[in-house]
Amino acid sequence: MSSRERILGRVRRALADAPGEDTPIERAYLREHGDRSVEETTDLLAENLADYRAIVHRCSPDDLAVTLAGMLAARGAKTVLVPPGLDPAWLADADAEQVPDRLESTPHELDRIDSVVTACAVAVAETGTIVLDGGPDQGRRRITLVPDHHICVVRVPDQVVGSVPQALERLDPVRPLTWISGPSATSDIELDRVEGVHGPRTLEVVLVGAQPSAEANS
Amino acid sequence: MSGTFVGMPAFPKAAHEAVNNPTLRGNLRHATHTIRAKREKAVAEVSDWAELREAGKRIKDHTLRHLDDYLVQLEESVTAAGGIVHWAADADEANRIVTELVKATGESEVVKVKSMATQEIGLNEALEAAGIHAYETDLAELIVQLGKDRPSHILVPAIHRNRGEIRDIFAKEMSEWGRPAPEGLTDTPAELAEAARLHLREKFLRAKVGVSGANFMVAETGTLVVVESEGNGRMCLTLPETLISVVGIEKIVPTWRDLEVFLQTLPRSSTAERMNPYTSTWTGTTDGDGPKTFHLVLLDNGRTDTLADEVGRQALRCIRCSACLNVCPVYERAGGHAYGSVYPGPIGAILSPQLRGTASEIDASLPYASSLCGACYEVCPVAIDIPEVLVHLRERVVQGGEVTREGNKVVLKPAKGHAAERAAMRAARWAFARPGAVRAGQRLASRTRRLHPRRLPLPGPGKAWSETRDLPPVPAEPFRDWWQRTQGGAK
Repeated sequence: MSSRERILGRVRRALADAPGEDTPIERAYLREHGDRSVEETTDLLAENLADYRAIVHRCSPDDLAVTLAGMLAARGAKTVLVPPGLDPAWLADADAEQVPDRLESTPHELDRIDSVVTACAVAVAETGTIVLDGGPDQGRRRITLVPDHHICVVRVPDQVVGSVPQALERLDPVRPLTWISGPSATSDIELDRVEGVHGPRTLEVVLVGAQPSAEANS
Repeated sequence: MSGTFVGMPAFPKAAHEAVNNPTLRGNLRHATHTIRAKREKAVAEVSDWAELREAGKRIKDHTLRHLDDYLVQLEESVTAAGGIVHWAADADEANRIVTELVKATGESEVVKVKSMATQEIGLNEALEAAGIHAYETDLAELIVQLGKDRPSHILVPAIHRNRGEIRDIFAKEMSEWGRPAPEGLTDTPAELAEAARLHLREKFLRAKVGVSGANFMVAETGTLVVVESEGNGRMCLTLPETLISVVGIEKIVPTWRDLEVFLQTLPRSSTAERMNPYTSTWTGTTDGDGPKTFHLVLLDNGRTDTLADEVGRQALRCIRCSACLNVCPVYERAGGHAYGSVYPGPIGAILSPQLRGTASEIDASLPYASSLCGACYEVCPVAIDIPEVLVHLRERVVQGGEVTREGNKVVLKPAKGHAAERAAMRAARWAFARPGAVRAGQRLASRTRRLHPRRLPLPGPGKAWSETRDLPPVPAEPFRDWWQRTQGGAK
């Protein structure tokens, strides 16, 4: 008898005494916590990202190229990894040398690159999470892992959802997904949180969308 | 389970030694209290915690009730997505499968994501015996591996070590395994983490084979999920050419949607965060992204035996968050090593004796490693009634009875060493059926109370109980006499 048959047989014998009807799965939990406007959801995303020590920037679509160029310059990045489908306009103003991710590039080559810029698939406000699904503007999982500096652009409000259940609905499980909440961190030494162990030590998130006017802010 | 912990003394002896180690107690107290307070705050943020907990419990119960169907469905969906599924009835078989898979790649080293299942089966030792080096890449697991130590906590396996101890381990041992620790390494957590980063990065970048477990497997889609913080998991899951995941058969959830419950409850219960820094999901293989070959080893190793126990099967709901460890007064004082199992704390006290059986001294002692205070049940995000299972397992240890071992029904004899307990219970049964005898006994106790010792120096098997307990002082007058005399205090 194969182990497959053995294990399935054991499961069936183990359940022989179990009642025929099982209790229904009740989903009495909330779809979203709290009642927020679209702006409030974006604000919450910014707040929760920052709480987990991601650096958050906000700009209008027109200012994105200047903002990204400034961020890369401030970091002193000489090279920046670019996923194949990233909008070329985003990095039009950047001084750093753009390195396209190629299938044959080795982990060691990726390790020598300073920064990476990607888009995302969806962002979750309640948890301060960005989710990458390997789409053309996000690239392979490894490119957002090996370089030490990750800049992720989130289009607000259309890429932002409130909660985890709403995010799962939008995602395709067939694609490899990476959910990122703040930079790499460990609490293994006396539960002191330290940012940056193996993944990027710096995560910068740019929320790009129509900016509230100065008047509305004051 | 594997022989990793064979030769461990039973819980009372191991715990006694731990309790007398002030450094260990200090480290444990600091850690458990810190994380306990953080967890309360994280859980209080979501107003529907009770509903999430109930849903998690029901999803898991439903899955277990139809586990055969979901296993077959999972196998189909993983295979359709390009993965290869293997079945392992026990630890030896799982180790053999993984060893052969690694050998077939021609490689002699693997990088590992922290995984309870591979610890449970003693995979690292089995690979080492076959000439394959397995590198643990989680920071805490690295500390444990370099220190030739054992993990003592499910979530933070090196919780028993403080920063000074960790510095010494890194400075002394890292060079044996690869890149040495930097000169002049201090004990600040940031420097220690940096040393681990440099030491492990050279391994990640050259690794051809990765080994992992999984937090969840989705039957409907064939998706596996790993949650982590450091990025070592992402490294192992995406850089190697071959990925081998060893996962307990109870880790299934039926649908993609079901993750919405556990991705909310697991991070808040374990690391007390809204969400852990990294969650990776993969479904078979993806062209050009990640490993070219994916093997899933489905592990039984005592899980079907546990499933056969009507009361004990709820332990299979466990999502390994470790919240129960951090609230347990016994764990806080005894530490994880005393449990003699990769699963310490309250969940270990019910899971280990079910997965391994209660034949050994340590396993027979684990159902007693608890004060039955119930804090573990309160915090459990899938509502495992740990005290209920503990009492059930105590009954099994003392009275014996029918259990399932390796798929077969066997009858356990009552455990040795519990004769005095059984005699005491028989005596109590006799006395409580005779109120007159109880009354006479109580009066006698009151009148002789000045003569009572502070502790009862019992000989023989009763000593274990009596030497750790003070006798309660006996009142001057039995309650029933007082009630009759005063009519319940009215006089």
